[in-house]
Amino acid sequence: MKLNVNKAQHDVDADPHTPLLYVLRDDLKLNAAKFGCGLGQCGACTVLVNGEPVFSCVTPIALLEGKAITTLEGLGTEDKPAPIQQAFIEAQAAQCGYCIPGMMMRAQALLQKNPRASDAEIRAWLEPNLCRCGTHMRILRAIHRAQRIMTTAQRGEAG
Amino acid sequence: MSEMIVSRRAVLAGSGALIFSFSSAAWAQSPAPDANAPGAAALPPPPPLPGSLKHAPFLDSWIRVDADGAITVFSGKAELGQGIKTALLQVAAEQLDANFDRLKIVTADTARTANEGYTAGSHSMQDSGTAIMHAAAQVRQLLIGEAAKRAGAPPERMTTDSGAVVAPNGQRFGYGDLVAGEMLHVQASPQSQLKDPAQYKYLNRRIPRVDIPAKVTGGEAFVQDFRPDGLVHGRIVRPPSYGAVLQSADAAAVEKMPGVIKVVRDGSFLAVIAEREFQAIEAMRALAAAAHWQENAKLPDVAALPALLAGLPSREIKVIDQQRPAPANAKSLSATFTRPYISHGSIGPSCAVAQMQGDALTVWTHTQGVFPDRDAIAEMMRMPKDKVRCIHVQGSGCYGHNGADDAAGDAALLARALPGRPVRVQWTREQELAWEPYGPAMMVKVAAALDDSGKIADWNYELWSNTHSMRPGPAGALIAARYLAEPFPEPKPFAIPMPEGGGDRNSNPIYNFPSMKVLHHFLPEMPIRVSALRSLGAYMNIFSIESFMDELAAGAGTDPVEFRLKHLDDPRAREVVSTAAERFGWSPKPRASTPGHDSNHDSNHGSNIGYGFAFARYKNLAAYCAIACEAEINHETGRARMVRAVAAVDSGQVVNPDGIANQIEGAILQSMSWTLYENVSFDDRRITSVDWATYPILRFSAVPDSMEVHIINRPGLPFLGSGEAGQGPAAAAVANAIANATGIRFRDLPITAERIKAAIGV
Repeated sequence: MKLNVNKAQHDVDADPHTPLLYVLRDDLKLNAAKFGCGLGQCGACTVLVNGEPVFSCVTPIALLEGKAITTLEGLGTEDKPAPIQQAFIEAQAAQCGYCIPGMMMRAQALLQKNPRASDAEIRAWLEPNLCRCGTHMRILRAIHRAQRIMTTAQRGEAG
Repeated sequence: MSEMIVSRRAVLAGSGALIFSFSSAAWAQSPAPDANAPGAAALPPPPPLPGSLKHAPFLDSWIRVDADGAITVFSGKAELGQGIKTALLQVAAEQLDANFDRLKIVTADTARTANEGYTAGSHSMQDSGTAIMHAAAQVRQLLIGEAAKRAGAPPERMTTDSGAVVAPNGQRFGYGDLVAGEMLHVQASPQSQLKDPAQYKYLNRRIPRVDIPAKVTGGEAFVQDFRPDGLVHGRIVRPPSYGAVLQSADAAAVEKMPGVIKVVRDGSFLAVIAEREFQAIEAMRALAAAAHWQENAKLPDVAALPALLAGLPSREIKVIDQQRPAPANAKSLSATFTRPYISHGSIGPSCAVAQMQGDALTVWTHTQGVFPDRDAIAEMMRMPKDKVRCIHVQGSGCYGHNGADDAAGDAALLARALPGRPVRVQWTREQELAWEPYGPAMMVKVAAALDDSGKIADWNYELWSNTHSMRPGPAGALIAARYLAEPFPEPKPFAIPMPEGGGDRNSNPIYNFPSMKVLHHFLPEMPIRVSALRSLGAYMNIFSIESFMDELAAGAGTDPVEFRLKHLDDPRAREVVSTAAERFGWSPKPRASTPGHDSNHDSNHGSNIGYGFAFARYKNLAAYCAIACEAEINHETGRARMVRAVAAVDSGQVVNPDGIANQIEGAILQSMSWTLYENVSFDDRRITSVDWATYPILRFSAVPDSMEVHIINRPGLPFLGSGEAGQGPAAAAVANAIANATGIRFRDLPITAERIKAAIGV
C-alpha cells in the first residue's frame, strides 16, 4: 500500500494491520519515532497524522492510506533544523533523549494549531508523554523557546 | 508508623573505630572484582596514577593524534544521556589546548577502550575525567618537547594554542605534524603539568552537548536505531514468573508463520527470530500462547514487606560504632522508615544487536559495563573472552542496572542460533518492568537523643537491605543463563563495602554527632530480583536521615536549616546549605511563592502549602547537594505536588555547568516520582506492575512550576560526581514539605495521594 510520509509517497509492502511505528522504523529507516510501550501509554512513538498527534505503535497502517504522516525527520535536519528542533538544541532539552522526538512531535501539533498556547495549555497537552530522566522543565522551556522562534519567523515573513 | 519519646537507656561507649578499611573500591557501585570470580578481569597492581590511568597507564589508551591534526579521545565510560562525552571532550580539549571541534570521542568498547568497569556511581568524571585530564596534559608536554627539539628552543619557552605548539619566534607546529610513531605509547607519570584554572577556556563552560543534535533530528542515536545489513528480529518469550520451568511449547505452528526464521529453545529459554519486526512480535505472541510453564515462585506479601525484611536471615555489618554515653535528661525520639521495590522504568525497553561470525561474537549493547557484560556473555556461551566483543551504543536512560545486560545475553544466544546474521532483540514494555532487577525494598530504624542545647547527642541507626549490585561479571547474573538447559547459578550476593557502600551508602551521617552507631543488616536472601538503582541505598538513607533531622529540629524547636547548620562543620557543606536556603528565600516563616496562600503561621500545618529542606553529600565523598522546595497538598484528592524547588550543588571543578544542572533537575524530578508514586507490585507468584498503568510515574500535570539549580564552582579541585547527588535530598525535601503542610510525618514510601488522604482524614 501507499503511505504519504514527510511529503513523499512510499510503497510499503507490509501487512495492513502492522502498526505504523514498525513501518516507519524498519521499512522507511526513520529513527525518530521510538518504541516505548506498544500500548499507547508513553508517547515515545508519537508522529503526526494530518497534523494530529497519534501513537504510531498502536495505529495500523491500514487506517493511514491517503493521510499525511509527519515524523520528526520531516520537520528539519541537523543542518536546517525546524524551530522546534532549534529550540530543543538551544535549551539542551534532553538527557538520554529517547522520549524527546515524541515530545517534540506532540508539541509541534499544538504549536501548529495554537502558536500562543499558554504554559498551562502546553503542560496539559503533554500529559500523555512520559519522560523518565526528569527533563520536563527543559522540555517546557524548549517549547516556549520554539514559540518565540516561530513568532519571530512569522513576523519576519510578514515584514 | 511510630514516633515516640522513649526513655533514655544507658549506652556503652563504642570503640570509636570505623569497621571498614577505606580500600579504594575499584569501580563505581561494585567492589574490586574478585580475582577468583568467573569473568573477573585480571588487573595489574595499580601504580599510583590519577583516576583510571591506574588501570590503563599508556597515554595512547586515552588520546590519539592523527597526522591531519584530528584528535581522538578514548574512554571506557559510556554515554547514558548524562552528557559524559561532551564533558570528557571539554576536559581533553582544555588540557591539550586544542580546538574542541577537532576532537572526537570513542567510548566503552572492549576492543578499543580501557576497561573502566561500570559507568555508575557518579564515577565517570572522577575516574575517566581525571585520567583524560592528566593524559591530555602529558600529551601536550610531549608535543611541546618535540616542537622544542625541532625549533631548537627550550621547551619552557614554547606555548600552545589551538592544536599547535608555538615557538618564541612565532613558528607554529601543528600537533598532527609533531606526532610520529610510538610517541604517545608511553606510560603516564603520576604528576602532570596542568593548566592554571584561571586560564581555562573549556571548563566551567556551557558547551552544547555533542549527542543532542542527532537525537532531535532522527539521527542514528540509540542501539534501538542500529540496523546493520541483513538484520533480523528476535523476541523472547519470558516465563510468567521467576523460576518457571518450560514444560512444552509447540513451535511447529509458529515456525510456519510469515517471516519466521526459527524458534529457539534451550531449556526454559524460549525465543523466536523473524525477518521483520512485527512478524517477530506476532510470532512471540503465538509462541507465548503455545507455551506451558510450571510455575514455582512464592513471592512475599507486599503489604507485609517491612516485617518480612526484618525476619530474613541477616549478616550484621557495623558501619559506625562510636557510641558514648548520652547526657542525662536527653530527649529521645525514634522512627521507622520503609521503601518499596522501585523500578528503573526506562522509557525504551532494553535492546541489543548481536552477530556471530565464525568463532567471534560481536554485541552492540547499552550495558553500563561492556567488559563485565562481555565476561558474563563469554562464560554463558562457553567462548573465550577474546572472541566476544561488546560495543556500547546508547540506549534509553537506564539509571542503574536495568535489562540492558540481559538483553545483550539474549541477543548473543540468538546470534549463535543464526550464525552470520545480525540479530536484534527488543524487549517488550511488560518484559522490562517485570524482569528488570529492581532497587531493593528497605527498612530503617533510627533513634536519636537531643541535649539541653538542642543538639543531637546520640544517633543510633539500623538499616535492613538486600544487596544493591547483582551486575555481571558472572554468567548467572544474566536472566537467560539461569534458564538454559545447563543453567548457570545466580551469583552469591555481596555487600559493597563502605565508604561507597550499597544498602548502607550514605547511612553514615555527615553531621557532627558526638555519639553514633550505624548498623547494616545485610540480607542475602532475595525474594524479588534486585540490583543497582541510581544512588543505591543513598536514596533511602538520606530520605530517612533528612526526614528525621526535621523531626529532631522540631523537637529542638529550631528551624530545619539552622538545625542542620548547627551540626555541620565542613565549610563546603555549609555553603551549599546556605546557598539553597538563601536562593529559595528560606526563613523560619517561609512565604508562599503564590499570592493568596496562607503564610502567617509558625508552621503551615493544616494549610495546603508546605516547605521542606534537605541536604547530603553523596557517599560523603562526591557532590554536595541541598534542596529547598515548596509542596502543595490537594485536600480533595490527597495528592501532593512539588510546586518549586531550588537546589545548590558543589561538584568540585565544574566542567559543564549546564550538564550538572541537567543532572540535578533530572534527579529531583525522578526522585520526586519515586517518592510520591512508585511501588513495584506483585501477587504471591507474579510481578503485577508491568506497564505504565500498573506502574504509574510522574506526568506533566505534576511537574513543578519552577526549578533552579545553583552551582558552586571550585576551580582546580577534583571533579566530584553529580549524577546521583540529588536523589536523596529531593526525596526528603518533598517529604519534609508534605509534613510541613499537613503536620503529619509520612515515613513509608511512596507518599501516595491515598496515604495522604487517609492520614489527613478528608
